[in-house]
Amino acid sequence: MLTEFWKKHENLYYALTNKKVIFGLTIVIFVFLLAVFGPMLTPYEYGDYAGEGYMPPSSQHFFGTTIDGKDVFTRTVYGLRSTLLVGVIAGTIATLVGCAVGFLAGYYGGTLFDELLMMMTNIFVVIPQLALLIVIAAFLEVRGVVVMAVIVSITAWPWTARAVRSQTLSLKNQEYVSLSKISSLNVGRILREDIASNMFSYVFMVFIQQFNGTMLATVQLEFLGLGPTKGISLGLVMQNAVNWNGIQLGMWWWAIIPGLILAVLITALYFINTGLDAAFNPRLREM
Amino acid sequence: MGKYLRKKLIVYLITFVLAVTINFIIPRLMPGDPIQSLLSRFSGMEGGREILENQLTLLFNLNQPLWQQYLNFWKSVFTLDFGISIIQFPTPVLDIIKRAIVYDLSVLLPAIILSWIVGNKLGAYSGTDKKMDNATMPFFYFLASSPYFWMAGIVAFFFGVKLGWFPISGAYGSTSTPGFRLSFILDFIHHWFLPFFTMFLVQLGGWAIGMRNMIIYERSSNYSKYMSSLGASDGLIRQYGFRNGVLPQVTGLALRIGRIVGGAITVQVVFNYPGLGRMMLDAVQNQDYFLLQGIFLTIVTMVLVANFIVDIIYMFIDPRVRLSFTEEV
Repeated sequence: MLTEFWKKHENLYYALTNKKVIFGLTIVIFVFLLAVFGPMLTPYEYGDYAGEGYMPPSSQHFFGTTIDGKDVFTRTVYGLRSTLLVGVIAGTIATLVGCAVGFLAGYYGGTLFDELLMMMTNIFVVIPQLALLIVIAAFLEVRGVVVMAVIVSITAWPWTARAVRSQTLSLKNQEYVSLSKISSLNVGRILREDIASNMFSYVFMVFIQQFNGTMLATVQLEFLGLGPTKGISLGLVMQNAVNWNGIQLGMWWWAIIPGLILAVLITALYFINTGLDAAFNPRLREM
Repeated sequence: MGKYLRKKLIVYLITFVLAVTINFIIPRLMPGDPIQSLLSRFSGMEGGREILENQLTLLFNLNQPLWQQYLNFWKSVFTLDFGISIIQFPTPVLDIIKRAIVYDLSVLLPAIILSWIVGNKLGAYSGTDKKMDNATMPFFYFLASSPYFWMAGIVAFFFGVKLGWFPISGAYGSTSTPGFRLSFILDFIHHWFLPFFTMFLVQLGGWAIGMRNMIIYERSSNYSKYMSSLGASDGLIRQYGFRNGVLPQVTGLALRIGRIVGGAITVQVVFNYPGLGRMMLDAVQNQDYFLLQGIFLTIVTMVLVANFIVDIIYMFIDPRVRLSFTEEV
């Protein structure tokens, strides 16, 4: 039974037995658990006065306290929730839009339609992401999680579109695609069944990379005070630390730990991606 | 000039038009009444009334039809008339930008160029040496995963606070005045180092990873295998792989400049470094929309020019493009 299952899902087997994937996945699961259950481990609310300020990490305050006596652990786990949520939604939107544009442009490769889509993509590639986001965010007085995700994904999709387009270009002249074309299936179905389904593992890896990128963009916006207007976020915790001279005062637990969690998470996702790359490409697998 | 450059130029031109149009549209879509908020800000200032009228004529001209407003907006772009800053009243926005841009370029240019060169070299070594690869890749991934401002925090903490080697705020000491004197230049470099080093470190990871992957890919190609079967040394194979791998890295540079400039904005905030990024945030926080628009357009222009320069460099180092240019093929 079990061996049959693995035979059917060979890729999954290679993916889950890859050392890099196991290592990365463990860290990613841990960070997500921290975001989900972290707020239950702490008796405080993120805005509460939790005890004496300027305290380094201890058993009472895992990540120490801020200068005005708030619990850094509480703020970090609540902030992590918000940042991850924005990152996941934005990453999903960016992947979907990027894939849609990439499939269409690739399928109609060489036509005027393709040229137009690619020109649009190239424009969004060169426009400086954060500067545009600052301008947009600055004029929106109220920003919720979804609005943030949309803002971030506006500038995140283009490179996916380019990558997916070139993959589609190489797939679209396969014989089975030609067969579907002769059978006059509609374009949506060809793209879905012949092209997208063959790129599933690739698209999955693209999603991971998108998630990395959108989280970095999100946390940068949050750090500049342009994150969600309500609640707390990872970037905001560190913005407070910098604004209150947390670095000058040597409060590393306030200014550095929240970002460390994010950097470790993104590194782990990179590991998963390289591991998956090896698992999905038989040529790399042998190495 | 060939199809290659013409196509790129069209994209850059459209991007520029788009950026100006965004500048034009966004204040008009803004919720609330921008004029009321401007009125209250200018009311206490001397001569504020006339300045305000000028500003409003320049930027809004709401009694004219929309296309006329749009044309006027373009006119002000071409005459580099971005209006007058509200924070540093009554300094023209252009003067503030001119002052700030020096700090951006002095940090960004060396950081981009050096990290590109060093990162590619290190990546090439990782790609050919399994032991070194296993030891260094996690580190490079970690660098590439770090948000710029967070790396700035770490660098400031260790080199500024723990070791006390470098100052962590401002572009020069409070006691020195700008000028071409040795003492000032030393002071400037002293303050310049940490923002530069931060930008250098984060980018380094990305370049190293990219080159390492390129080299591994090149090493599996037939010419590399043939070379090693002929007994060529690792160094020689690496050299040839490097020459092939460097081209996508140049393209990567063009793709990433926008993101690097974005990172610089946050780094300047951490180090309180008075470049465009720091000014941009000040403008946002103080609702100085004229300054914000001026800086946005400047940053977009900078990135477009940088992209164009990279395109030209690419043309000269890629033998295929170069040969088609001189029609020798």
